[in-house]
Amino acid sequence: MTATATSVIRQVVWLGRALWRQLTSMRTALILLFLLAIASLPSALLPQWYLNQTKTATYIKDHPWLGPILDRLGFFDVIASPWYSAIYLLLAISLVGCVTPRTIELVKQWRAKPGRAPRNLSRLPHHAVVTTPDDPAECAERIRNALRHKGFGGWRTVVRAEDDGAVTVSAERGYLREVGNLVFHVSVLGLLLTMAIGSLFGYTGSILVTEGDGFCSSAPVAYDNFAPGRMVDGTDMAPFCIQVQKFEAAYDANGMAKFYRAQLGVQSGAAVRSDRYTEHMLNINDPLRIAGQRLYLLGHGYVPEFTVRFPNGDVRTYSAPFDPQDAMFTSQGVVKITDPPGYSGDAARKNQLAIVGIFAPSGLVTDGILTSAYPEMLAPAVAIQVYRGDLGLDQGQPQSIFAIDTRQVDKGLLVSQGRKNLNLGQSMTLPDGTVITFTGAKNYVSLQTSYDPVQGFALLFGILLVGGILTSLTIKRRRVWYRITSAADGGPRLSTGSRVDIGGLARTDEAGYGAEFGSLVSLAGTPAMTPESAGEPAPLTEEVPRSEKERVT
Amino acid sequence: MAGYLVALVCHALLMASSHVRKQAPAAAAVSAAVSVPAFVAAGGAPMTADTLSDRGSAADSAPVGAAVPPAPGAEQRHTRFAEQIGRAAVIVTAIGFACHVLALVLRGFAAHRPPWGNMYEFTLMITGAAVATWLVVLWRNRFARPMGIYVMTPITVLVFLAGTVLYTRSAPVVPILNTYWLNVHVVAISLSSGVLMLSGLASAAYLGRLRYDARVAAGAIDPARSATRLPEAAKLDRIAYRAAIAGFPFYTFAIIAGALWAEVAWGSYWSWDPKEVVALASWVVYAGYLHARATAGWRGKPAAWISIVGLATIIFNLFFVNMVISGMHSYAGLN
Repeated sequence: MTATATSVIRQVVWLGRALWRQLTSMRTALILLFLLAIASLPSALLPQWYLNQTKTATYIKDHPWLGPILDRLGFFDVIASPWYSAIYLLLAISLVGCVTPRTIELVKQWRAKPGRAPRNLSRLPHHAVVTTPDDPAECAERIRNALRHKGFGGWRTVVRAEDDGAVTVSAERGYLREVGNLVFHVSVLGLLLTMAIGSLFGYTGSILVTEGDGFCSSAPVAYDNFAPGRMVDGTDMAPFCIQVQKFEAAYDANGMAKFYRAQLGVQSGAAVRSDRYTEHMLNINDPLRIAGQRLYLLGHGYVPEFTVRFPNGDVRTYSAPFDPQDAMFTSQGVVKITDPPGYSGDAARKNQLAIVGIFAPSGLVTDGILTSAYPEMLAPAVAIQVYRGDLGLDQGQPQSIFAIDTRQVDKGLLVSQGRKNLNLGQSMTLPDGTVITFTGAKNYVSLQTSYDPVQGFALLFGILLVGGILTSLTIKRRRVWYRITSAADGGPRLSTGSRVDIGGLARTDEAGYGAEFGSLVSLAGTPAMTPESAGEPAPLTEEVPRSEKERVT
Repeated sequence: MAGYLVALVCHALLMASSHVRKQAPAAAAVSAAVSVPAFVAAGGAPMTADTLSDRGSAADSAPVGAAVPPAPGAEQRHTRFAEQIGRAAVIVTAIGFACHVLALVLRGFAAHRPPWGNMYEFTLMITGAAVATWLVVLWRNRFARPMGIYVMTPITVLVFLAGTVLYTRSAPVVPILNTYWLNVHVVAISLSSGVLMLSGLASAAYLGRLRYDARVAAGAIDPARSATRLPEAAKLDRIAYRAAIAGFPFYTFAIIAGALWAEVAWGSYWSWDPKEVVALASWVVYAGYLHARATAGWRGKPAAWISIVGLATIIFNLFFVNMVISGMHSYAGLN
């Protein structure tokens, strides 16, 4: 290797180190934290694709200049945007860089014994002198046992003999503070990781199921809407089948829901597609956990039904779920008839029908406008407008199940055939002789299947996170030293026994150490009337660096 | 309705308490202002700052404040007055708090459910928690009393807003809120927000005191003429920090409880709903505050500003997100 190559490598290493040091510094971490907070705000202030597609599309349409720019910059999909990911990835790296050396340091401290007693204990912030009739060795043993057992748990102690014959006991506790702190930070990392894995390998699927019908979760196509993670291809979904046997809801006099629930027949494992069902009552706030997935009851609504007598004499029944618009279930929707009988080929496509309108379970017409007065089906009514023509369903673009594509109307491909308000059993006749009769409505439930293979770990990290922060904020770091000298050396007034010098140092919450230090003193012996204990000891300026004393990260 | 009447009384009392509080520092200022002329009259020789500085070399460069001995009679009288008014403020605050709690309890009876089901009740919970924390601070640190102006003014405004703008008649909650998770998550989040709110207010007081100290140091204010009754900056900073370390783990727990509830109610433990996002932002800001306070170069003023930003995000989440943005957390009950 040439000299220049070596120096280049050296420079690269130096640059790498400098970058690493910069990235893992507290300053950078703080700035990243603020960037994260600020970068989160657009996702609260602007509509987001993953929360509400219609709203987002409308917003972009309403802001023709700014909308597309923001969309390209990822402002309508903040969480998945490169800049948001960059911030939390950097933060994660910074966290690793902070946690790793501290873990190594903690392990070293754990292995090391509590440090030697300072030469002059009277210079520590807490200091006392007591005497005891025991000789130094006995006394040290007694102190050590007391610190280990009698209500003083958690102290690590070591007894040493000094050259001048004195025996010292060094004790330290509160290692858990740092442990808790590290656990907290590692849990934050773990939580980030489980969220990422969950969103890669998990999926959600939503579907509206009419009372009496069912569905099987064998493939993404089974759902009305399927949102897979990036690593999900939909091939190995554990199947389960459900049947909505009965829907129940109860309301108070004001139309406020008391509860709603769905009686399900459930199949999973070997029972799938057999005729054996297990009964299950699906409630809100109580998902069905089945085949590794979760099935939720998210909402409900009505499916109005229409009987259509076509000019050729065919009579068929059509229905579709309508979307509730208010608490009284005034609902909006469309019944799409894509295969009108009596037509074939292109003519069938050009004679599709759409029954667009409002459904009200307890209809009330004011000034010609139909609204619902109560959420229960007491006097069902519809206000409909019928269109004939090409619905535009075969253009490859997904359509809302609650609306027609108004562009087809604008293009003149869908033509209104008239509008009418219908009560139960009433009919409307179209110009070509088609008769549409409103025959009633059923309930539907809005269900969602969720799958997240690692959410159990998320819970674990959540618990560790709270436990860690509580530990690190409540446990105090404390040190105490006892130096026991034979009374024969230190105090000639006592023929036997020892004199004990005690010094205490708190690494956190110095002010709160006083009372506890008192009990540490009294376990050594009785206060001695020595000049040292009478006078105020000179407080020692912190020998521990401040950053270590109050460090949070 | 009974709950509302009592709540009104409570607002009035809280308002009154804040007015009294406003008088406390004012009284201090008055006492200082009065004491100087009193000294001038008693001492005979008119002594201005100019003459003092002229005499500076002779008086061995004694600081201005030390060179003006207080006139014992007047000073003590006004101090006692301020002390009495401060005590009255604490008592009125305590009575107001008792009414506040009573209002919540009565509201619970009126609605036949726990009183934290809509924005009116939620705001009363947060402010109640903030006042409770303030009373705890007062109980443990008597010196903190003059900080009340910083604490009670915003809280009174919030309670007033709750009683006027946010008030809704008591009604049952929608079925999805009808679970024990409502008690766990909403109680935790409102109480912890209240505690964190007090931390932010203490930081504001801290900055106020720092500004005062800076102006004294710059010679813009004569401490003898316009004294501050705010506690020392370091003590205010400590109150803010202690409130933050009490509130932060609690707030963390509250968010996690919310995630657990979301897992059983909404299909996913975290949905990036606007309320969740801003709560996360608040959490991140307070995490930043705790870190900043332990980092050289960020302690003191910068950290205090971070704490105030945290307070701002909490208020933003309470008002803006509830009233302007719609999301999965839209249970405010306004309209």
